[in-house]
Amino acid sequence: MGLRGLFGGDNVVTTKLDDAIGWARKFSLFPYPFVTACCGMEYMSASSSHYDLDRLGAAFPRFSPRQADMLMCVGTVSQKIAPVLRRVYDQMCEPKYVVAFGVCTCTGGFYNDYSTVMGIDTILPVDVYIPGCPPRPETVIQGLMLLQDKIQKQKQEY
Amino acid sequence: MMHIFRDLQKELGDFVYDAYTHHGDAVAIIDRKAIHEVCSYLRQQKNFDFLFDLTCVDYPDRTPRFEVVYQLHSFATGERLRLKVPVDERDPQVISVSDIWDIANWYEREVWDMFGVRFKGHPDLRRLLMYDEFKGHPLRKDYPITRRQPLVGPDKTNNSVISPTLEQSRQAMDEYVTEENGLKVKHMFLNVGPSHPAMHGVVRIVVELDGEKVVGSDLGIGYLHRSFEKHSESIYYNGVFPYTDRLNYVSPLINNVGYALAVEKLLGIETTERCKFIRMIMCEISRIADHLTCIGAMAMELGAMTAFLYFMEAREAMYQLIEEVTGARVTISYVRVGGVKSEFPDNFEKRVRLQLKSVEEQIDQVHRLLTRNRIFVDRVRDVAVISLDDAISYGFTGPMLRACGSDYDVRKQFSYCNYDQIDFEVPVGENGDVFDRYLVRMEEIEQSIRIIDQAFEKMPAGAIMVDFEGQEIPADKMADLGKFGQTSGLLNQVAVTDPTLLGSNAAFHSQVYTADKRVALPAKEKTYGSIEGLINHFMLIMEGYGIRPPGGEAYVPVEGANGELGFYVVSDGSDKAYRVRCRPPCFSFVAGFSKLIQGGQLADIVPAFGSINMIAGELDR
Repeated sequence: MGLRGLFGGDNVVTTKLDDAIGWARKFSLFPYPFVTACCGMEYMSASSSHYDLDRLGAAFPRFSPRQADMLMCVGTVSQKIAPVLRRVYDQMCEPKYVVAFGVCTCTGGFYNDYSTVMGIDTILPVDVYIPGCPPRPETVIQGLMLLQDKIQKQKQEY
Repeated sequence: MMHIFRDLQKELGDFVYDAYTHHGDAVAIIDRKAIHEVCSYLRQQKNFDFLFDLTCVDYPDRTPRFEVVYQLHSFATGERLRLKVPVDERDPQVISVSDIWDIANWYEREVWDMFGVRFKGHPDLRRLLMYDEFKGHPLRKDYPITRRQPLVGPDKTNNSVISPTLEQSRQAMDEYVTEENGLKVKHMFLNVGPSHPAMHGVVRIVVELDGEKVVGSDLGIGYLHRSFEKHSESIYYNGVFPYTDRLNYVSPLINNVGYALAVEKLLGIETTERCKFIRMIMCEISRIADHLTCIGAMAMELGAMTAFLYFMEAREAMYQLIEEVTGARVTISYVRVGGVKSEFPDNFEKRVRLQLKSVEEQIDQVHRLLTRNRIFVDRVRDVAVISLDDAISYGFTGPMLRACGSDYDVRKQFSYCNYDQIDFEVPVGENGDVFDRYLVRMEEIEQSIRIIDQAFEKMPAGAIMVDFEGQEIPADKMADLGKFGQTSGLLNQVAVTDPTLLGSNAAFHSQVYTADKRVALPAKEKTYGSIEGLINHFMLIMEGYGIRPPGGEAYVPVEGANGELGFYVVSDGSDKAYRVRCRPPCFSFVAGFSKLIQGGQLADIVPAFGSINMIAGELDR
């Protein structure tokens, strides 16, 4: 029934607009790599050829927050850099997603001290937490797939 | 060393309270009023041209409370001297030596920031690692480790990121108008970082530009300060290893070894021969990974993406080797005081040789891609040049210093882990530019491969495998039996462990651990099978017991991938270090970075910064 029957053949796919936009969005994530620490090593491994994040459409880094829609917070966030991170987040355009990469960004990890922020969710909203110290590239890929699921299923704003 | 003491006593005897040797290091205690005189005397008359460390120790119960520690090295004689200056709490002030050694400028700023000791005559005594709004001095013993002073949060309204330094620069812009050839020239200020693709990690550079020419710059660091030194004071000796992993996270094994050697020096123990070679091999694998990352990242920033991808592939091979031995790729926590965690797995040597062959192929490829590539060479030759004298005054070590023409290498000068039994060369550059640093690093990778090759040949054989047929027990089962008191016969059995824990069962234990019961946990079989082993284990694990080196201090340098990585450990006889100071090699490069880019083009900042291989974890600690 409907459009499919009207146009005939297998050349037409019917879907809801929300789903179509979600499908497009989830494969065109432009990350802003906010790389501070050790996790950067695994971020490099994950995004270069051996593990190849490009398969998920999320390998092309944009170093301007205006052009990025996924803030990848990679590595420990200290009190001194926290305002910078917040500023980068504020500069990004909607829709935007935040990935907390590594346990320091999730909870502060074992750096329970005067200089470290105890998890970036104390200063900005986080969509996906990837634990690990540092997370293996496989974990990163899993985290990104979770984010893709989330994008696909959410109510789209357009 | 005695002749220096004698001359020092003769020249400035009134100010030298005491002079002695401690753990083989020469130490002199100097009156704070005379530190400048003593330093300039030592620099000019005694050739101590290299201030490799300047730090402070806080003793709240003593008067005077602080002890500022200067560590000097002479390239001419190879001698080292440690000066200690007691400073009273009521007037914490020492005369600055920043006019004698350039590097002292930043070291003194750090000591002021962390301990609140002022330096009289310092040109620019600002905080270095912490932010201006921070109150107190965190490394003082009375500053609690968890007292946070956040800059941003739900109860904060001011989320401004403009630092006073930059704000002042902007205000000063109008004043920086000069006349040249009748034209008014206005200098421009540009802020690079802290979140910038070429700043790998987090450093902020504010450059003052005349057109495209850099006429001045200021660097801001401390964005990754994670209080390594404070953590080390609050955890038992073996517990510091995970924190050392995260100093230079590109070559964590070298940090592990450096810290272990310092504690071992305090305890006066040596590890087994095989353990030394294991440490050497792992250090060199780490060094290869570090140099690959450095060159790859630098090439990528200059547009050579292919070289980066090749080197990442080669580094992946190194990570896989490291993972086979340690169980982790990056943060490995492999070394222990008195040994290493595990023996090499079966056939490891064969796989290492295979992987190193592939690394050699990648290096050949990259040589073909870059070394004669006109575009690359034009970007790096004669860029960010520094003379040997300046490099020494700024405290450069490692590939950065060797690119200037010095052959100083800790592995040759202060051999550790049997490096003196190995035949390898120290590559030396001559121009001190980015191109020479690139070539030195490329050559060092090949030398590291040579070292690993020889180490495998010289290494004493591994564990003697006895046929324990039918007597093997999984380690967790053995632990259960032990807990239920069914210990009879356990001593004659073999615990089967995960391959990355092979050092903890009896077959391998004596190969990779020292026999000293004060530091080495007993083998699994002994812990569960005998009361002596159980007591020994208990004494090492319980808080308040553990490894307790006698009071004193020790400084041990190792050749990190970036240069001299030193650990200065002060013990008060308890199970926690009283003070751990890490001498980070890339600290001095960043301190001297303004000098490197002075007079160059704006675009040269990128290759220059790539070539110093700044690692934020080690820089800010």
